[in-house]
Amino acid sequence: MQYSGFRVIAEGLFGNRGWKPAWRDPTPKPAYDAIIIGGGGHGLSTAYYLAKNHGLTNIAVLEKGWIGSGNIGRNTTIVRANYFLPGNSEFYSHSLKLWEGLEADLNYNVMHSQRGLINLFHSDGQRDAFARRGNAMVNQGDDAELLDREGVRAHLPYLDFEQTRFPIYGGLLHRRGGTARHDAVAWGYARAADRRGVDLIQNCEVTGIDIENGRVTGVQTTRGAIRAKKVGIVVAGRSSQVAAMAGLRLPIESHILQAFVTEGLKPVIDHVISFGMGHFYISQSDKGGLVFGGDLDFYASYAARGNLPMVEHVMEAGMTLMPMIGRAKLLRSWGGIMDMSPDGSPIIDKTPVDGLYLDCGWNYGGFKAVPASGWTMAHLMATDQPHEVARRFRLNRFATGHLLDEEGTGSQHNLH
Amino acid sequence: MRLTCPLCGPRDRREFYYYGAADYLNRPAGGDPAEWDAYLHLRDNPAGQTRDLWYHETGCAQWLLVTRDTVTHSISDVALVAAGGASGGGIAAKVKPEGSA
Repeated sequence: MQYSGFRVIAEGLFGNRGWKPAWRDPTPKPAYDAIIIGGGGHGLSTAYYLAKNHGLTNIAVLEKGWIGSGNIGRNTTIVRANYFLPGNSEFYSHSLKLWEGLEADLNYNVMHSQRGLINLFHSDGQRDAFARRGNAMVNQGDDAELLDREGVRAHLPYLDFEQTRFPIYGGLLHRRGGTARHDAVAWGYARAADRRGVDLIQNCEVTGIDIENGRVTGVQTTRGAIRAKKVGIVVAGRSSQVAAMAGLRLPIESHILQAFVTEGLKPVIDHVISFGMGHFYISQSDKGGLVFGGDLDFYASYAARGNLPMVEHVMEAGMTLMPMIGRAKLLRSWGGIMDMSPDGSPIIDKTPVDGLYLDCGWNYGGFKAVPASGWTMAHLMATDQPHEVARRFRLNRFATGHLLDEEGTGSQHNLH
Repeated sequence: MRLTCPLCGPRDRREFYYYGAADYLNRPAGGDPAEWDAYLHLRDNPAGQTRDLWYHETGCAQWLLVTRDTVTHSISDVALVAAGGASGGGIAAKVKPEGSA
């Protein structure tokens, strides 16, 4: 069923009785050409682009819970392409271009809003670093504008510019940055993949990976064995457990990241604001809630909930940046499991097992990467060659020293 | 969340700095790149019981080997790295409160 404005009006006139489920609920077949483990944003987009770009339609996505039940269903929804390092820069640039055409491509409203992202800086040294980053972004073909203090004030008059610890010197404005509706991204990709014949199999947990003579032959699941010559692991925070089923030990440590949302308010924050010194970032959702997040809780965890010290720290950072936020009431907080890599950059690569592919290490920046991650993972699975914009996301780069350490913080997993 | 430091007793999580998995205790002696890769990067990353290193930064400034559950956040053991990482032995055994058995 094609969605359109006309369709909404027509259905409204006839009691909305014509809507159909957005995707099927198929029984797993005994064999597929390819299997994607993980029905989150990255897994769904991988399946969609395998079908759309490479003509592979006899494929299944296996999801242990329900579609959109992981990090794609709860994150701070920021979409941007403001990376500095070659390797990252072209990848996120490609992703942003895909975002810009995503709604028409998927025939689904993902509420992509290019409201502009401002990264604040607080010293002369930081200004130089942001000027350099902005030049890298412009050289990549993306947009960046360096704002002085008055330039920031024109956009964000409500910030505390005179705070003694981190006085605001200016900001880097990325106008094409913004947000999107996270659930809709999962649903849009799920529906679009299903329409191309992909089987989305929910409540189907993978319990084993079958390997014969160094080659993958299928998976064992809670809904029976399924054969496939190609299997992609796209399971974010659970990557270590699933890869261990194939005998692999990954350069990943899973950490908890908390985020928060306030009660719904009238429009007050138009942009996405990033306050790096407090590791605080905020935007306002279309429902009116202020959505903001902070840093990791810093210790390895699968609890999907955080501890109070980081809650306190994030609130302090928010109050430091914009004292007006103290008038809003916090509605809820939540924690997601982040697959932290030792250099803060992802892995999209083959594994030592033939036919087994890996897409992980998204740290806490996976949402904006959903389109390009799927695009390049699909390319890798279909052609056995890394895609041009993801060619540096190699699994062995830690052993060879070809790190992509965007923040320059070293090889400790929780410092990115 | 609280950690019971063998020297200082139960203390708030904010007094401690988390460093990483206990793999950091197994520093390679030689120059084999594969060993260094495993030491610096590769992790078991268990969903369940794990052992990792914490530093009592605003307390006794000791490195601690903590055994805990990554799913429930429950902590089952805290031992001094300097005492060989075994609770009930070494320095840890000598700092029991007066009057305790």
